[in-house]
Amino acid sequence: MYIIGERINGMFNDVKGAILNKDGSVVHDLAKRQVAAGADALDVNVGPASSDAEGALMWLVEEIRKVSDAPLCIDTAKWSVMSSVIPKVPGARIINSSKADPEELEQYMGLAVENDAALVTLTIDKQGVPSDVDRRVEMGALILTTAEAAGLPADRLFIDTIILPVNVAPQQPLSVLSAMQQIQMLADPMPHLLLGLSNVSQNCNERSLLNRTYLAMAIACGLDSAIMDPLDTELVDAAITAEMMMGKSIYCDSFLTAERKRKQLSS
Amino acid sequence: MEVPDTSESWKTKINTVAIGATQDEGGTRAGVVRVGGAGCIPGAAYEGDAGERPVVAVEVWDVAPDNWPAELTRHYGDALNDPGAWAQKGIEMGADLVCLKLTGTHPDAADRSAEEAATTVKAVLKAVDVPLIVWGCGVPEKDNKVLPACASAASGENCLLGSITEKNYRTLVAACLADGHKLISESPLDINIAKQVNILAQDSGFDLKDIVIFPTTGALGYGLEYVYSIMERGRIAGLSGDQLLQQPVISDVGAEAWRAKEARASDDDVPGLGPAERRGPLWEGITATNLLQAGGDIFIMRHPEAMKMFKEAVDEFMGVGSV
Repeated sequence: MYIIGERINGMFNDVKGAILNKDGSVVHDLAKRQVAAGADALDVNVGPASSDAEGALMWLVEEIRKVSDAPLCIDTAKWSVMSSVIPKVPGARIINSSKADPEELEQYMGLAVENDAALVTLTIDKQGVPSDVDRRVEMGALILTTAEAAGLPADRLFIDTIILPVNVAPQQPLSVLSAMQQIQMLADPMPHLLLGLSNVSQNCNERSLLNRTYLAMAIACGLDSAIMDPLDTELVDAAITAEMMMGKSIYCDSFLTAERKRKQLSS
Repeated sequence: MEVPDTSESWKTKINTVAIGATQDEGGTRAGVVRVGGAGCIPGAAYEGDAGERPVVAVEVWDVAPDNWPAELTRHYGDALNDPGAWAQKGIEMGADLVCLKLTGTHPDAADRSAEEAATTVKAVLKAVDVPLIVWGCGVPEKDNKVLPACASAASGENCLLGSITEKNYRTLVAACLADGHKLISESPLDINIAKQVNILAQDSGFDLKDIVIFPTTGALGYGLEYVYSIMERGRIAGLSGDQLLQQPVISDVGAEAWRAKEARASDDDVPGLGPAERRGPLWEGITATNLLQAGGDIFIMRHPEAMKMFKEAVDEFMGVGSV
């Protein structure tokens, strides 16, 4: 499981406060703790915290780089900010994200190829999040063909089939799983299948339970990466267990410790 | 139509483990034996590095065996009473290193003491200049006395000592750390336990890169196919990135093959099965050759003809599929 830690996001009050007060220690702490808990990469999102999105984003990046070499998942919806920041970020980068619109995809894939970066693509177009499975799969196909034409290799492409909160859209969790299964049929080699996991439980009770249950279900349907909270130990345990059940690793009595050690050793 | 490239690419390599230490390295061996290092499944060198050449360790006991069939003992003669001379014979037969089994320390056998075992280890080290494997009798309480004494007697020689199990690992791990030896981790034909023993050793401060796995061996006709599939599965997991299964593998071929009645029985007992002098070594050689294809790295063997047959198979095998 490729885990992208979600905690460095201006939506959270601690990060918002850190951005406003230029308090690097909060960012250092979150970066270190997330990596220690099993994050392979760190999402960086200024959110609504600052009017100077680019400046705040670069400040976050610089602070994280003081304590971690993990790949950074630069998370902004503004092309102007993304295209200016990406070449300046040291180390490995993931561009987060492009919608499945032909022109936008070409633009973002160009940026990814030029900068040796990975790219997150969303099965959303100008009409927004599709309500059915077929439309998601169609967009998945568009993403795959555009990536091939642009020369973006599969291991640097993430397809996010977009999960909505289960209290708002009760049919969506199942549609997303079905879409992931079908998109897998379209590509060889497979790109990464990704979800912004926490969204499934936005404004719900029992968030942690919802997150880890859905994560296990999604792993069974081909999910291999997620933007999620690595500090939720039970969530990471569920990911390790589900992957083991899928035959990606072999059981041993210490399988939870073993997988965590493997990550530490290979990072 | 273009023929698709179906070769697999593997994420990682099997660890390379060096056994033995030369004078420069603090020991007294003439050379070092390296095992492991494969970056592909056996016999598929077009997919990656075939790694080090599999090696033969001659099986030597600290006491003369009383139940070996004549077809085996006739090749060693009186040397069976002298572990040093026995080891020398084995090297003359073509073995790359020596595996000293401390069978005589077993409480139900001669119950030899830790001091006696240590003296034997020193005698073998003196008699030959190849690297040494030292294997206990398998009774935890006894091994925990005997093996630390042997580890200390061979300090600096970078031996391979064994074995640790899920139930008994702390003492031997500590002894190997203290005296600079490599370690055999044993599991009963169970890949989950193989991983578990390694994680226990790692938790006790032992480097996974200094471990050789003993997944248990079975001879032709006596569970060989089961052993084969366990070794194959472990190797594939190791090559796919599982650090707890990235260790080279040791196979105890001689002992298992010569337990089979087809190998042991005299010509009078089984007149229809062909002459013992051909039958026995074939049983051992074929068992070894099969496990070579499953990913074995060190083969403990007994019969000179079986060793010869096996080494010829390795010659051929290492060339297969290379580009």
